[in-house]
Amino acid sequence: MIGIVDYGMGNLLSVFNAFEYLGVSVKICSKPEDLSQVDRIVLPGVGAISQCILKLNESGFTKALNEQVLQLAKPTLGICLGMQVMAKQSFEGGTHTCLGWFDADVVRLNPGNSTLKVPNIGWNTIQFDKQIPLFKGLPENSDFYLVHSYQVQVRHEAERVATYQHGETVTAAIMKDNIFATQFHPEKSQDLGLTVLENFINWKP
Amino acid sequence: MLTKRIIPCLDIKDGRTVKGTNFVDLRDAGDPVELGALYAQEGADELVFLDITATVDDRKTLVNLVREVARHVNIPFTVGGGISSIQDVSALLNAGADKVSINSSAVRNPDLIDELALQFGSQCIIVAIDTRWVNGTDWVHTHGGRKITEIQTIPWAKEVENRGAGEILLTSMDADGTKAGFANALTSTISGNSSIPIIASGGAGTMEHFYEVFTEGKADAGLAASIFHFKEIAILDLKNYLASKGIPMRI
Repeated sequence: MIGIVDYGMGNLLSVFNAFEYLGVSVKICSKPEDLSQVDRIVLPGVGAISQCILKLNESGFTKALNEQVLQLAKPTLGICLGMQVMAKQSFEGGTHTCLGWFDADVVRLNPGNSTLKVPNIGWNTIQFDKQIPLFKGLPENSDFYLVHSYQVQVRHEAERVATYQHGETVTAAIMKDNIFATQFHPEKSQDLGLTVLENFINWKP
Repeated sequence: MLTKRIIPCLDIKDGRTVKGTNFVDLRDAGDPVELGALYAQEGADELVFLDITATVDDRKTLVNLVREVARHVNIPFTVGGGISSIQDVSALLNAGADKVSINSSAVRNPDLIDELALQFGSQCIIVAIDTRWVNGTDWVHTHGGRKITEIQTIPWAKEVENRGAGEILLTSMDADGTKAGFANALTSTISGNSSIPIIASGGAGTMEHFYEVFTEGKADAGLAASIFHFKEIAILDLKNYLASKGIPMRI
């Protein structure tokens, strides 16, 4: 059973629909206790990090997620803001302490070229820097959908498993132990996105 | 490399897709959920659903429609029309919309842009600007293009960016429905002035028009309605054509 964390940061219906389409049982977890009933966890999210952290903390999800993801080591997928919140801190509109699962900071995109826009919105070619089971079946030069203004900068290069170019090298996916997270939206990236989600379903970290 | 986006727009009235010329004279163009799913299959990069007759009564219909679209479409989609509060946006995003587009309500209350960007993040707030050339300059129009404002288009585009809009959907009412090409000069000026993406809308009639709006117009995305609805241009043909001319495309 896959559990999608519902902490009021939108977008989870599309993630739910995608897993349902793939034929796995999936559950929206609106209370921290719900997480104990699932064996895989998805942390989606769109929006602003300050709200995201606030809602995770207020709802009690922060504590429950630390138990389920770090101690019980359930396979976990973060998407977009759900990835950024796994860093140590984010500099989006101030300085915000995040979950700290990755030794990483969240910083604003800086393409350094006025024709490249921020937010970066649209389909971009992802480079898979590490061969991991989550990228199985994806052709080279796969395009995925991205919509973001901030990116995760990891301190340990080994944790960055995919990148893309937007005037600079931008982190597209990170992985560590039982945690995998993407800046792109697999649930909005048609067949290639479904491949990633299917790989996550079958992933044995 | 970031690709340029091709975005079919579905104008919704009473739950059906319609399309008019210069914002009036509506013709029925089909079921929006079916059309949306078809466009996604054919290679559309995003979809925009605009509820052109949005009223409070229609709000529930729209939310239900959005839920159906989300079930059948696995590319990003934007919903616009009659959105004027955090509650409106919340309901649409919860139903599965990825972004919302605001227009008249942003003109009436520009602080709404800041509030929505703070609450939901800039990336899901599109400010739509309907513009028309009147007495020697470009003026913002509201209420589906029916009302002229006292706001000039170019400074307004900068203001919405500064307030936290994540994208601008720029519709030239002069070009809309004419099929004579996008408003490339104005689009280029606004795109050159802003650090956020510009979606150009209004005037698409041929594949060359898209090439021009991405080169001369410096647009990040091109939006059109009737040429797709009435199958005058197939999305895949358009994308192959643009790719062959050197425009980065997701094929």
